[in-house]
Amino acid sequence: MSKPVVATTSLAGCFGCHMSLLDIDERILDLVQLVEFNKSPIDDIKTFTKQCDIGIIEGGCCNSENVHVLKDFRKNCKILISLGECAIMGGLPAMRNNRVSVEECLKEAYLNCPSVTANEEQIIPNDPELPMMLNKVYPCHEIVKIDYHIPGCAPRADLIWEALVALVTGKPMNLPYEIIKFDYRGTKWQKK
Amino acid sequence: MAKKVTIEPVTRVEGHGKVTILLDDNKKVKQSRLHIVEFRGFEKFVQGRPYWEAPVLVQRLCGICPVSHHLAAAKALDVIVGAGTGDGLTPTGEKMRRLMHYGQFFQSHVLHFFHLASPDLLFGIDGNPAIRNVVGLAITDEFKHLAVQAVMMRKYGQEIIKATAGKKIHGTGAVPGGINKHLTAEERDSFINGPDPLNIDKMIDWSLGGLEFFKSYHKNNKAIIDDFAAFPSNHLSLVRKDGALDIYHGVLRAVDSEGKRILDDVDYQDYLNYIDEEVRSWSYMKFPYLKHLGKKDGWYRVGPLARLNTCDFIPTPLAQKEFEEYKAYTNGKINNMSMHQHWARLIEILHSAEEMKRLLNDPDLMSGELVTRGTKQKEGVGLLEAPRGTLFHHYRINDDDQIEMANLIVSTTSNNEPMNQAVEIVAKECMEDQDKITEPMMNAVEVAIRSYDPCLSCATHAIGKMPLEISLIDADGELIDRKSK
Repeated sequence: MSKPVVATTSLAGCFGCHMSLLDIDERILDLVQLVEFNKSPIDDIKTFTKQCDIGIIEGGCCNSENVHVLKDFRKNCKILISLGECAIMGGLPAMRNNRVSVEECLKEAYLNCPSVTANEEQIIPNDPELPMMLNKVYPCHEIVKIDYHIPGCAPRADLIWEALVALVTGKPMNLPYEIIKFDYRGTKWQKK
Repeated sequence: MAKKVTIEPVTRVEGHGKVTILLDDNKKVKQSRLHIVEFRGFEKFVQGRPYWEAPVLVQRLCGICPVSHHLAAAKALDVIVGAGTGDGLTPTGEKMRRLMHYGQFFQSHVLHFFHLASPDLLFGIDGNPAIRNVVGLAITDEFKHLAVQAVMMRKYGQEIIKATAGKKIHGTGAVPGGINKHLTAEERDSFINGPDPLNIDKMIDWSLGGLEFFKSYHKNNKAIIDDFAAFPSNHLSLVRKDGALDIYHGVLRAVDSEGKRILDDVDYQDYLNYIDEEVRSWSYMKFPYLKHLGKKDGWYRVGPLARLNTCDFIPTPLAQKEFEEYKAYTNGKINNMSMHQHWARLIEILHSAEEMKRLLNDPDLMSGELVTRGTKQKEGVGLLEAPRGTLFHHYRINDDDQIEMANLIVSTTSNNEPMNQAVEIVAKECMEDQDKITEPMMNAVEVAIRSYDPCLSCATHAIGKMPLEISLIDADGELIDRKSK
């Protein structure tokens, strides 16, 4: 049987979830034996070259391009996973939802900012090359169907590893409270 | 701007970084631009939050070097809680933060060089894109040992962060005025002696090995390392008062492309007197410049190359020896070669490992007061050197301890103009007179950007990744070719 194919992307996230995936450390060497990577920011494959089994999404949707990429992932992946709080519920970027408008955010960064003192023309970036910002930051499952959610900011490497291995080997997951709990700071989790 | 925005799929492909290149009638490069296309609005939405949340909130700008934002915010809040600027903390507070920061430098630089940049050197800029990545290293017998070292070195740095910040990504260790924990004897012993995550002497050995690898590559590939995307510029960084390399605290210094000091011994609380930012309509990333030189001439580079141009020496012996060899290569002159950033980065990896060793043997980490308090201030600025360059955090609070104003100038923003310069040089070199854009041409542009930043991550206070779209447009505005990665 050929290896399951995995694709990953970061939408409106901070890349921390991808870093946590790398935090599986030496198990990366096992992972590359277990699965084949397709489109992902950790490699140079930038467009889907084949149908994938698992798509891992970091980040929610804050602009039209995020939405486009997410839909492209849904189309090309059998299983989609929302990895981390931003994908699951918008995360920190969603702090702008319901509190401030896009316009206020842009004005603060480009007009009111104390280190922008010579923007005489009151320029706010608006080039056609820049994608349209959304009114709110949307979690992924409000845009497309998501099959699994892996919580955390960032989700712990052990959690990502256990979930991925269970998914590709078809075995049940061993997920004790300690590895799911948000910001758990206890001693290193030991697999029984 | 209307509040209601329709969600619609765009026909354009993804890309947080996008390059457009305009050609004139003679197929010469008329204009090239690196657009940063994402924006998130951190400055606005942190307003109203209690100030002590800043170190944990704002680090969510970037999961690749969250510690830099965590500490820069904490340093700004040190000022606000009256704990002074840098030297006001208790020995334990300052040293635990420094250990966290060196751990961060170590892991982030290792990721940048070994995981993300070395595949271009090992497989070639025109190497097969299917294996030109860290996974490719791991499955290629010849390079597997490098992949293993990269993974284990990054792990060491991440474990140091966990021991000091509480978590590997988005920790909570630094608090206004200090730190919230000591290092335990058990943690210290495992970092000094191993076996998991190895030990500090091994890290120093492998750091030296990384330098040997780079230097031998350099000897055989002078053209790519010395000539690729090289251009003169100003350079800016923090340095210690006495001119030593210091990534945690110091004063601002800048030199021009000839080495003349154009800024020296500047207290960063006054940064607004010296730095300003230009807004251009085609990118969400701003363009910082030195005020007294103006928008046109005042732009500068930050990061490893800049730091080794501004500092006078490195205060650890092995890194100092490497620094002398590095300086000798340019006869002591300012180094303006973009790809030499990797060399400088490897020297900083070694320096960070040496500093971690020194700190791990310091008893102040294991006991002593954690936090300093003083007279509350309304405003504070926190600066440090993040792996990719000088990072500015500035907060003002109101009477209710809420954040009233936040201003952030992140490292890659300072490198905005330099990256645009690098893109233009590479475009001129490899795309002029071309009808087609090939994958190696695309990657060449990416290699230039990658020498500054692997991912354009926190630059727009958004994360970007590296995907690129390059459009070749002729003088009539007709699209000749468009390729995306």
